[in-house]
Amino acid sequence: MFDSLFNSHWFDNQMFTSQFWEWFIIIPTLGGIAGCLFLIIWMSGNRPKSNEKIETMGHVWDENLEELNNPLPMWWLQMFHITLIFGIFYLIVYPGLGSYKGLWESTEVKTYEQEMKAAKTKYDPIYEKYQETAIEELAKDKTAVEIGQRLFATYCTVCHGSDARGVKGFPNLTDDDWLWGNDSKAIETSIMKGRQGAMPNLNLSEDEINTLAPYVLSLSGSASPSAEVITKGKELFTTKTCVACHGPEGKGTQAMGAPNLTDKTWLYGGTEADIKLTLAKGRQGKMPAHGDFLGKAKVHLLATYIYSLSVNK
Amino acid sequence: MSNGHEKVEKNIGLMIVLITILVSVGGLVQIVPLFFMNSTTQPVEGLKPYSALQLAGRDIYVSEGCYLCHSQMIRPFRAETERYGHYSVAGEFIYDHPFQWGSKRTGPDLHRVGGRYSDEWHRAHLINPRAVVPESVMPGYPWLQEPLNEPLIEKKMRLLKDVYGHPYTEEEIQGAAKALEGKTGLDAMIAYLQNLGTTIKTVR
Repeated sequence: MFDSLFNSHWFDNQMFTSQFWEWFIIIPTLGGIAGCLFLIIWMSGNRPKSNEKIETMGHVWDENLEELNNPLPMWWLQMFHITLIFGIFYLIVYPGLGSYKGLWESTEVKTYEQEMKAAKTKYDPIYEKYQETAIEELAKDKTAVEIGQRLFATYCTVCHGSDARGVKGFPNLTDDDWLWGNDSKAIETSIMKGRQGAMPNLNLSEDEINTLAPYVLSLSGSASPSAEVITKGKELFTTKTCVACHGPEGKGTQAMGAPNLTDKTWLYGGTEADIKLTLAKGRQGKMPAHGDFLGKAKVHLLATYIYSLSVNK
Repeated sequence: MSNGHEKVEKNIGLMIVLITILVSVGGLVQIVPLFFMNSTTQPVEGLKPYSALQLAGRDIYVSEGCYLCHSQMIRPFRAETERYGHYSVAGEFIYDHPFQWGSKRTGPDLHRVGGRYSDEWHRAHLINPRAVVPESVMPGYPWLQEPLNEPLIEKKMRLLKDVYGHPYTEEEIQGAAKALEGKTGLDAMIAYLQNLGTTIKTVR
């Protein structure tokens, strides 16, 4: 007989696996309110008349301090009634009785969506204003850069550091050395789609590694190995396909994120031991894609901030 | 003046019974029905049970007490979803026994950490968090570099299948030990973390 009630639009008949649970909630909840009401009436029933002598509970302290069986003050008793009335009001307008949606049909998700909508109307125009401007121009706008900096602090510092200087394995964004290029499009693409570096493990022998490492360091003048090592290193640099990505002069290729080996910026450390480790095991640096998570508008401002770091110096 | 309360106050047995009834109602009404709701008992679309390696990582997560500082529960507030991504949904935790919602955030929420950082970042960060985040107060877990010690992995998966009904295939269970061969604790942790919260995508 209650089927039509639970199937009405006031109830969400998909909520529970069985109708039993509706009753399991509704009966004790309403019963609780009725029980409280009964208890209050029962306990506050016959209040003493004003001239009636109040009996003691038989407890006496400090000679004449007695405990009297006084009833609750009226204001206190009324508060109990008010809580009951509030409870009934709450159960009518908010969900609480089984899958009953409440008069206002309020849900956590709806509240959240309202919050998001309000934020959208407030913040979207701010973002849109910058959306049309090219990053090169926007980098001169102090407010835009500051918004970008705030976004950076929330989403990027974990890898690139709060000062954007990065750490070993995670690029410094404030210098002039760019793995994937520093034009605004490249920066935006790096954030939107992510990047995957690919220094393969070339299966080099220990001898080959010991020759290549000092040679690679010599490209930037960081080491001065013997002429013999340089000749042999140069040969290995070609035969072991290093040139394919780093180029014949070791200047790197930004299209594939292959670093320039002729400068003194080292993503994975510039000691001979670091280079040897890179040669032995390869490196798979990865920038995760953030396009879906952040959206175009935010990425545009983030890219602006990053662009400004190396340009506005 | 009524002295009805005297009966209850002077009869401790009756008082115990009445208090027990009173206290149980809240729990019975608010907690018990949660186990019989469609939204808490049906997995969200695309949710898969943990692979052997992810499961081993999850057990490390529990044994190292990660849940003491990290929650896995993004609440439906803008302040949370802007930072972490889509709010958490009950159907995402169907294959968590027990779930790792946690109750305190000394570190950030981890429910949507999957895919947010690279494997290499996790590796460096788990060994010594300050190597990548100088301000971090998280302890390092360098011993996770040691080989994984999980002799009971097949038994665990079988238990999850038989008792909790996780849809593992016989093949997955029998291949579990092999899937863990040569893996370290870090590999398992990273496999677990990179899978966290990836069933629901955050798209703006």
